Amino acid sequence: MGLIDNRIPVHMEKTPGGGVMMTRLASLLGKVPGVNAAVNEAKASSMWYMLFGLACCAIELMATGASKYDFDRLGMIFRATPRQTDLMIVAGTLTLKMAPRVKLLYDQMPEPKYVIAMGGCTIHGGPFYHDSYSVLKGVDKIIPVDIHVAGCPPRPEALMNGCLALQDLIRTEKLGHDRDRPGLRQITERQVPGMPPINHLPPGGALIRPNEIPILG
Amino acid sequence: MALKLEQIRDRLRARFPEHIIVEDLNNMAALVIPQEIYHDVVWFLKSDEELDFDYLEFETCADHPPDLLAFVCYLRSLGHGHRIALKINLDRNQPSLPSLADLYANADWNEREIFDLFGVIFHNHPDLRRLMMPEDWTGHPLRKDYLHPNVVKRPD
Ligand code: SF4
Repeated sequence: MGLIDNRIPVHMEKTPGGGVMMTRLASLLGKVPGVNAAVNEAKASSMWYMLFGLACCAIELMATGASKYDFDRLGMIFRATPRQTDLMIVAGTLTLKMAPRVKLLYDQMPEPKYVIAMGGCTIHGGPFYHDSYSVLKGVDKIIPVDIHVAGCPPRPEALMNGCLALQDLIRTEKLGHDRDRPGLRQITERQVPGMPPINHLPPGGALIRPNEIPILG
Repeated sequence: MALKLEQIRDRLRARFPEHIIVEDLNNMAALVIPQEIYHDVVWFLKSDEELDFDYLEFETCADHPPDLLAFVCYLRSLGHGHRIALKINLDRNQPSLPSLADLYANADWNEREIFDLFGVIFHNHPDLRRLMMPEDWTGHPLRKDYLHPNVVKRPD
């Protein structure tokens, strides 16, 4: 979890893989040109994504990761644990039963973290918008989404395009303020209006609300 | 040797005096069996050497509100190659049946699914819990009169 503490004049940021990157950013920031851009570039070019898929879109995600389209050339490698990932690609239909588990996985990812919602299902229920009792109508009801990739399923090119768009988004970030971009990171409630509360979070699932995370500097 | 439906029906009628009729079920003939002898009939179908229905293909239900819930199961004999559908008409308000899990191991999850989605209670089932829906879900979604706040009706 990225945090900047006033008492330590360094910027600590969890890097993918669990290490901690420490730079004397608090003092350097604003003085040395290019620090911000360099850190952003490093973040953008090693987006490790979580190995998980929910439905048919996951097949397309696998195709994107395989040799013909080759995610690796964007620096994107899948990790099989949320603790080592920067990016969650929600690929597929999110059911109400699965929703608390996905929320738990998201909460386990270290900051800074990003979400790509892939496919119509994740955007507003897609083909299951009407007459479905079991599908969550949009993953942005439980986790904040940075990029929506439309399609049913989106072609690998579309997903690639979404990832490039996310990289561009990361390049515009200011260090320590990555949660402040307007329109993002605002989903805090697990209770969706008009729906039963999603309350079967497995034990141990800590819920950290974005606005409770102390971001200083 | 594969038996014809009429031969299976006659063997059953010879063994069970109860009313067993043949009904057309979506182009496949089904034997309609009274609820009381359902488990005995399946046991007989499985253990009789000439019938030898050793494989439970599938169990499901069809909802016909307001009163009828039709339970259907398909049995197959892998040795002889014949196949049969059994249909049991249940009371929709209190549907219950004896479990087949003691005869066919795969009945376990089939029946959990039917319990989950249609609300049929299976007696003597080893572990009758919901299979698909969350554990604390209420209601049985494949009933035709099921309503849920998550449902957005498709406009006509
Ligand atoms: S958007 Fe289409 S392809 Fe993707 S998970 Fe939903 S139904 Fe499947």
